[in-house]
Formats: sequence, structure tokens, C-alpha cells
Amino acid sequence: MPDVQSELERACELEPAKDADAVVGELPQWVVRPTTTAQVADIMRVASAHDLAVVARGAGTKLRWGNRPQRVDVVLDTTGLDALVEHAEGDLILVTGAGRRLETIQQDISASGQQLGIDPARKGTVGGAVATASTGPLRLRHGAVRDLVIGMTFVRADGVVAHSGGKVVKNVAGYDLAKIMTGSYGTLGVITEVAFRLHPIPQGRRWVSVEVDSAQQAHEAVQALVHSQVMAAAIELDWSDGRGQVAVQIVGHADGVDAICEEVIRLLARDAESSTEPPSWWGGEPAGALLKVTYEIGALTQLLEAIGSLRFRGSPGVGTGLLGVSDAVVDVVANLRRESARFGGSVVVLDAPEEARGELDLWGPVRGLELMRSVKQRFDPGRLLSPGRFVGGI
Amino acid sequence: MEIEALAARLRAQLGDAAVITDRAQRRTYECDGLTHHRVVPALVVLADTTAAVAATVKECAALGVPFVARGSGTGLSGGALPHADGVLIVMSRMRRILELDIEGQRAVVEPGVINMQLTNAAMPMGYYFAPDPSSQQVCSIGGNVAENSGGAHCLKYGFTTNHVTGLELVTPEGDIVELGGKAPDTPGYDLVGALVGSEGTLGVVTGVTVRLTRAPEDVRTLLAAFDSTDSAGTAVSAIIGAGVIPAAIEMMDALAIEAAEAAVHCGYPPGAGAVLIVEIDGPRSDVQHVFDQVTGLCQAAGAFEIRIARDDEERALIWRGRKSAFAAVGRISPDYIVQDGVVPRTSLPRVLRSIAELSERSGVRVANVFHAGDGNLHPLVLFDERREGEAERAEEVSGAILDLCIQHGGSITGEHGVGSDKAQYMPRMFTDEDLDTMQLLRCAFDPDSLSNPGKVFPTPRLCGERPRKQQGVPADGVAEVF
Ligand SMILES: Cc1cc2nc3c(=O)[nH]c(=O)nc-3n(C[C@H](O)[C@H](O)[C@H](O)COP(=O)(O)OP(=O)(O)OC[C@H]3O[C@@H](n4cnc5c(N)ncnc54)[C@H](O)[C@@H]3O)c2cc1C
Repeated sequence: MPDVQSELERACELEPAKDADAVVGELPQWVVRPTTTAQVADIMRVASAHDLAVVARGAGTKLRWGNRPQRVDVVLDTTGLDALVEHAEGDLILVTGAGRRLETIQQDISASGQQLGIDPARKGTVGGAVATASTGPLRLRHGAVRDLVIGMTFVRADGVVAHSGGKVVKNVAGYDLAKIMTGSYGTLGVITEVAFRLHPIPQGRRWVSVEVDSAQQAHEAVQALVHSQVMAAAIELDWSDGRGQVAVQIVGHADGVDAICEEVIRLLARDAESSTEPPSWWGGEPAGALLKVTYEIGALTQLLEAIGSLRFRGSPGVGTGLLGVSDAVVDVVANLRRESARFGGSVVVLDAPEEARGELDLWGPVRGLELMRSVKQRFDPGRLLSPGRFVGGI
Repeated sequence: MEIEALAARLRAQLGDAAVITDRAQRRTYECDGLTHHRVVPALVVLADTTAAVAATVKECAALGVPFVARGSGTGLSGGALPHADGVLIVMSRMRRILELDIEGQRAVVEPGVINMQLTNAAMPMGYYFAPDPSSQQVCSIGGNVAENSGGAHCLKYGFTTNHVTGLELVTPEGDIVELGGKAPDTPGYDLVGALVGSEGTLGVVTGVTVRLTRAPEDVRTLLAAFDSTDSAGTAVSAIIGAGVIPAAIEMMDALAIEAAEAAVHCGYPPGAGAVLIVEIDGPRSDVQHVFDQVTGLCQAAGAFEIRIARDDEERALIWRGRKSAFAAVGRISPDYIVQDGVVPRTSLPRVLRSIAELSERSGVRVANVFHAGDGNLHPLVLFDERREGEAERAEEVSGAILDLCIQHGGSITGEHGVGSDKAQYMPRMFTDEDLDTMQLLRCAFDPDSLSNPGKVFPTPRLCGERPRKQQGVPADGVAEVF
């Protein structure tokens, strides 16, 4: 289709796809690298005129998350959309292109004593973090990605450019479309620009860790922390073979953190230790097929019992976590979903080896799926954007 | 005719007492807190249960009759303004707290539960519901959800949207759907996030799962008096710039202080051109330190008097002036408009000066009360309806203030919503494409535009074919509904 190619080339820089550009084994024809929202709009107009399926790609760190797309014609590389549009220091607001890297952003703003409350440990681009609603330890303090996004520009499947929200923290004008875009895995539009609220970098930071020998002990430690007055910035659990470590991040005024640390050590009672550095496993992903589990904060014991000897890293003050599964992933998932009523959450397979994917329902049961299909149908009736990748094959 | 048939069918299902047809009784519901917009609903249903709501909506959907949900009717943008040919579904009987899960830090409530009722129930366990609109003694959690309500303390704790994790929804077709839950991140699109703040246009919320927040160990409150809003604004910037996130920073200007004084005798420092109320909360060891820092910053910015609340009573006294401010303005003016706009915090001084100029030029008095920490202004535009042309002039000034907000990159509403009041301002803030995109969401939920039609959007789009129904059905237009 040389005419299609030349139309795409007119929009922006284009290259024929290589093997490495495959999305979970699905090989595209072209990789385009737009540098402006207008170019993305041009690409989507060409795509919708010629029925081309488009998958947006940032740093590619989470491209394998979700189902294999039913088809991919164009990979839209967002890394050219990397402008730092605005840093309104006094307002603690940042507007950035979706292709800018999270690490870069933290560097951009750290001199002003500010940070974006998406954990630095999570790498990749802004767009990728927003599209997958990725979550890390600091969520306990700053909220989820969706709580940090105050405005967004995105390009619809038909090439129309839309904005929602704005550049102020408080704003209830119109629908908050950024909410449905956040965590939509690229199936509703191509995110090109995001406005975030920022937070001050705390002056003092400490970690307190304690060993836990059973599910019950882990639960008690977490409960002691969440109901206390120490207002932990993050509570993390590293768990394998039925035991693990709870680590707490304390932030505050330079002169105040030590007193709070002592309170935490007192609360945890056993031989808790404080440190100025996080434990080595902090914020990392366990190896193997990657599962995301969610649970009620009060049901940690039930969750850990269901997990058994698997490797788990999670945020029990929030109710999320990641499991690394090295074998029998199909059985593990079936088992956990059976048990999920006891811990009140969901089990989603983010990434699994190709050979296991055929037998897995990656997303599991979904509440409100009919409404979600209806949203997809309105936003992307031609199913051009990452078709099949999301829940229910959306 | 249609309405009579509908009334009969609903009576048969819900019982006589739940269905109000009497005109005088229906008139009770003709407006919400925006009292100059009035419409008598064709029918009123008092819903007791989710099933009753679903039955009502199903009947409406079958007949193409619009419906509007109403909580406590305290909304200030006409969101709960009834539809003359439609059904008003009153949610205030659904007032049960279904579950308090302290271990899991969640509560499950019916939508008619009063905001304060939940906080009162959770307080003995050391928890509360963080969103705290000034109307919290009367407004419903369903209304909070629909408006994404804020309050003085949302600077630190966030708005309603940050505290809702699950919803039970009766869709505009009458189906009952559970979304989200007590655990976070249920798989799929964040429909809970889309519903919060949608002002009743995507269906009727019949159940809400919310986060409960740990009551802070220590709270300290100060009142600082300044010569002018400029120097008070400098203090606000200095506090935020120092990396402090207070629980609240509220500002009142001279006219607002005068009104509050007249109404509740709050005894604010005489001669103040502006006062700031700053509240710091958190672990005791942190609070004292931060509080001293804030006190110093206020002095440096030129505060001529700082009062520190020594106990709960003194704190209540400081807050009394602020919390009564809207109503208090009634003491100095027979009529007034409560405006709600947002500007970036750093533009506050400039915007306040522009508002003052606007006021001078037009001769319309404007009192300012606002959430300074997040740039959310509540200018109170004063007028006397009996005087020729004053109402119109006040309306103009009020609209010009919104234009100022937009010029400074802000918003036409920070917490009161768009409702019927501000729908015509939406095109000033959003492009046609933006509004059209919002309508895609509307059409996905409510293809026939029956759920609170005429609110939020100036010109609703026709949804066209309904993808969920069989093909070949002609497009259901909405035009005849309006
Ligand atoms: C004195 C005063 C002070 C105020 N202070 C604040 C403040 O500080 N912060 C703030 O944010 N607001 C404030 N408000 C505005 C108002 O109180 C809030 O918007 C409140 O959340 C409305 O709740 P309600 O129950 O009265 O809702 P209503 O006014 O009855 O309805 C508001 C909207 O919600 C919809 N709705 C209600 N229930 C449901 C439901 N179950 N399902 C779907 N839609 C529903 C209605 O259709 C309507 O669009 C104030 C109002 C007054 C009068």
C-alpha cells in the first residue's frame, strides 16, 4: 500500500517495522514517530480513512501488558512527544508531552524541591504510566496516577483532538475524561499531553523494616500502621515462601522524622530497624509471569494464604500488589480467582509467556463490561486503537 | 397523558405514598440551592430502594420520559432543577449506612446519607469522611458524588473523586450495575471516575463505597489579619512555596468580613483588608513545627495580628465567620450571586485586583471568600433585585469574573458544578471538539438523553445509532425531549 505509506509519511517521520517492533508477536508494517499533537491527529486521520490498527508505544516497558492485539498496522512511537510544556513552580503544576520519561521529569523539577508522585522506581514514559495506571509505593501518600492527572490532551481514533480538565487542581467543569483515559491501555485514544499536580519533596525520609513470619503477622503489622497516627508515606510488603518483610517509608520535616520513626518501631514491636535507604526490593517487580492482584485492606491474611509460597510485592496500605509466577501460571491464576471472593479483589495477568497466553483469560471477570463496550464503541467504532488488548477483548 | 399513565404504573409498583402528583406538593421540589431557577416537575418519586429507582427509570426509559435525581437539593448550579415533563427522583429516603469497615477503611452507604451523618458514625472509631463541603450538615453523599464536591480541607485531602472507590448505578436504561468496590483498581475503564462529577447525567447512583480517613492526631488553626488581599496572597504563596501542604487555607476580603461580622459576630480583627484561616493537621511532632513555620511566614508577609486557637471552641469561632459567609452576605445585600471559579494559585492577587476594578467600573459590589490554597474563588456578587437593571448588571459582572478565570488558565467551576446555570459558559472553556468528545461518553451511557437532560452541555449531540441495540433501528433523536 504505497499510497497509504506516503500519506503517513506526509504526517511525520516513518520507518518500516522491524522484528523488534512486534507487539506480543504481532508485527506492524510501520513505525511512525510524531513530535506534535497535530501530527498524531494527521496519523489517526489516515489510519481511520484506511482502516489501520494503531498501537501507541512509549518506552515499550509495558507493551506486553494485556492481550495480544488482534491486529497492528502502525506502531505510534510517542517518544518524540517529549516536550516539557510548562512547569508552573508556584502552582505545583507540570504540563508535559506524553513521551517524556518519568526519570527525566523528576530531574527537571527536583531542583525546585518538587516531585511527581509516581514512584521514580517505575521507569518509562508518562503516557505509558498513565495508559496502564501503573502504581508504586508512594500511592499511599499521593494517590493513584488518576488522582495526579489534572488535565489531558488526546487524539481520538477519528483524528479529532480533545482536551479535558485543565491546569488547575480544582475543576469540575464537564466530564473528567482523563479518568477513563487513565488505565485504558491505549484503546480509547492516543494521549499526547498530560497536566499533573506535583508535590513538595519532603525534607526528611526514613524507612523502617520488620520481618514477618506469617500471614497473620503481616496483617497485624499493616493494621497497626494504617490505623496509627504516623501517616506512613508508603507501606510495602515483600513476601515469598510464606514469610517476608514489611517496610514503611516515613516522610516529614527534617527534625520530625526521627520521632515518627521511633513511633513506628514501637508500633511494630518486634526488632524493627530504621534506615535512610529503602530495602533493595523496594518498588521492584518480581520476576516471572506478572500478575496484579487487588484486595481489601482488611483482608491481607486471606490474600497471603491464597498466595501460598509465591513471590509477592505489594502495597498493603492501598490494596494492590504484583505476583511473580515462574510455573503453572494457568493453575495459579485459576486458583487465585477462585479464592478472590475471600480477599475481595481481582487477579489480572499483566504479562505471561506466549505459550501460556492461549489458555489464559488475562483480565478475568469484569464488572460493568457492557458499559465499557459501549464506551469503546462510541470512542473507537472502527476498533483501530490497540484492538483486543483490553478487558473483554475491547 | 403519558405522565398520568406513568404515575399509575409507578403507584402499582412502588405504592401510593412514593408517587407525588399533587401540584402543591410537587412545587416543594421546584428548585435547588440556585433558587432563581424554578421548574415544577411533572411527577415526583420518593425512592426507598435501588429496586424502586430501577423500576422508575425503566418506566421512564420505556416511555421516553426524562428523569432527574435529587439529593438534598443544596446544589448551587441548578443541577437538580426538575424537568417540566419529567420525573424527579428524590433520593433522600435512601439514608442507611450499610457498612462501616474500619479494618478496610471503607464505608458503604446509600446515596441519601448526609455527609456529616457518615463522619459522625465513623468518628467514634477515629475515622471520618474527608470531603467536607460547607453544606455538610445537610447535603447528601449522592449529591457529593454527582458534583465531585470539595470543601475547605480538600487542599490536602482531595475531592470526592479521590474518596469514592465503588458505585452502584441504575443506568439510564434501568439496569443495576456494580462498578468498582472496596478494593482498588477493578479491571477495565475507570467508570467510577467518569461518574463522579457527571452531575446525574449518566444515570442514578444508588450505592456508594467510600474511603474513610484517619482523624488526625493534632489540628492547629490560626487566623491572620492583613491590610490587603495582596499581602494575604503573598503569605499563601510563601506557605505553599515552603513545601507546606496545610489542611486548609481560606481567605476572606473586607466586604466578606463585614458581612460575617454582621451575621455571626465572629470578632475578626477590626480594620483587616483580608483574613487568612490556616489549619495544619497531622502527627503531633510534625504539626507544631510546621505551625511555627506558617506563623512566621504570615508575619513576614505583613500580618498585623495572628490569633491561634487554643481549643476546639476557639477553632470553631475562627471557622464560624468563614462557614457562614455565603448566608451572611444576606445581611449586607438583599440579593446576591454565589460565583465559583478557579485560577492558578499564583494568579490570585492579579485576578483579585481585576475583580476589584470590574466592581468599581460597574458599581456592583463583590465580596470575596475563597479556598486560597487551590485558587478556588467564591466571589459573592451583590445586588438588589428591586432596583431597575441591577440584577442584569450583577449577572454581567458575575460572567465577566468567569471570563477572567478562563483567561488565567483556570476553570468556570471548582466545586459547584455546571448544572443548568453555567452550561452556556462551557464553550468558553472548551472547544466544540472537546464538548463533542464528552458527549461520546454521554451517548455511551444514555443514548436517549433522558438522565438529567439540559444540564452541563449547551447543545447536546444526537447520539445517532445505538450500537447496543439491533442494527437497522432508526436513530432515536433527543430533540423532542427538550
Ligand atoms: C450554604 C452552602 C454551602 C455549600 N458549600 C459547598 C462547598 O463548600 N463545597 C462544595 O463542593 N459544594 C458546596 N455547596 C453545594 C452543594 O451543597 C453540593 O454540591 C452538594 O454536594 C450537593 O448535594 P445535594 O445532596 O444537596 O445534591 P442536590 O442539590 O440534590 O443535587 C446535585 C446534583 O446531583 C445530582 N444527584 C443527586 N443525587 C444523585 C444520585 N443519587 N445519583 C445521581 N445524581 C444525583 C442531581 O441531579 C444534581 O445534578 C454548598 C451549598 C450551600 C447551599
